[in-house]
Amino acid sequence: MADANQKLIPMTEWGGGVFPYSVGHKKLGMWLFLLSDSMTFSALLIGYSYVRVANVNWPKPFHIWPSVTMATLMTLILLSSSLTMVMGVAASRRGDHSATVRYMLLTMLGGVGFILLHSNEWLGLIREGVRLWENPWGVPLFGATFFALTGLHMAHVASGVIYLGVIASGVRSKRFGPEHVEISGLYWHFVDLVWMFIFPMVYLLSASRQ
Amino acid sequence: MSIENAHAGAGNRLFVSVWVYLLILTAIEVILAYLQLFRTEVMLLILMVLSAIKAGLIIAYFMHLRFEKPSLILSIMPAGMLVIALLFAFFPDSFRVLELRPQ
Repeated sequence: MADANQKLIPMTEWGGGVFPYSVGHKKLGMWLFLLSDSMTFSALLIGYSYVRVANVNWPKPFHIWPSVTMATLMTLILLSSSLTMVMGVAASRRGDHSATVRYMLLTMLGGVGFILLHSNEWLGLIREGVRLWENPWGVPLFGATFFALTGLHMAHVASGVIYLGVIASGVRSKRFGPEHVEISGLYWHFVDLVWMFIFPMVYLLSASRQ
Repeated sequence: MSIENAHAGAGNRLFVSVWVYLLILTAIEVILAYLQLFRTEVMLLILMVLSAIKAGLIIAYFMHLRFEKPSLILSIMPAGMLVIALLFAFFPDSFRVLELRPQ
């Protein structure tokens, strides 16, 4: 990649054969995918916030303990896993394969912890009687919007863990280089970024102090 | 690439400080939710602004977009923000639904 760019610098962008963005096609593809994915998530988030604001009697099942505390812990886990991911990307750029794999495994551990905590949250709500079409507290849309939004996010975390696992095993066998690690990092940070919106919109906006 | 290499060395300290900022912003959000000082609409606005700052930090530093070529930034960010802003076209309607509802 570095050599290719250096060779391309003297050419003009009008002559063709130059990377206009100075990134590989895989990375550009990931950015475009994330752009479209961000629209999917925005639609769901805005849909959730719409019905949330339009209903004064929206259910507030998220107590400070345990729900909001657990969700804060999940945020901490996800943010920290993003930190270990950038450390992994930096290590792979240095060419330190074992550190890269170690950091990526830590990131995957964070993702698994997030999924476990969030599944526990889901089970708690289901045990309280929340379904897609009904719940004990009124506005039936609560279940549908909550499960659709957080479910899609959890699916992203789960596929992210698998994706990182594939890339990490490829780094270990030297099949994948720094660019692959960086692109998987982009995906992971995006999943983190989406949670930065879901956490306040879903949990904090409907937190109750009892 | 030369910019990326320059940042590879000083990177970790930068990333840790971004992480700390993200944690501080999260803590502010949680404290606001605990204190419950504001009405839902005002709280929604405050949380959106804080989350947008967090998203900006993640995109700029963790996703490394700040150190990319301007052409990539200009291709991705304005288009994404425009589309998301267009989705908000329907949002004021939710306040109207709230007002029209028989009490």
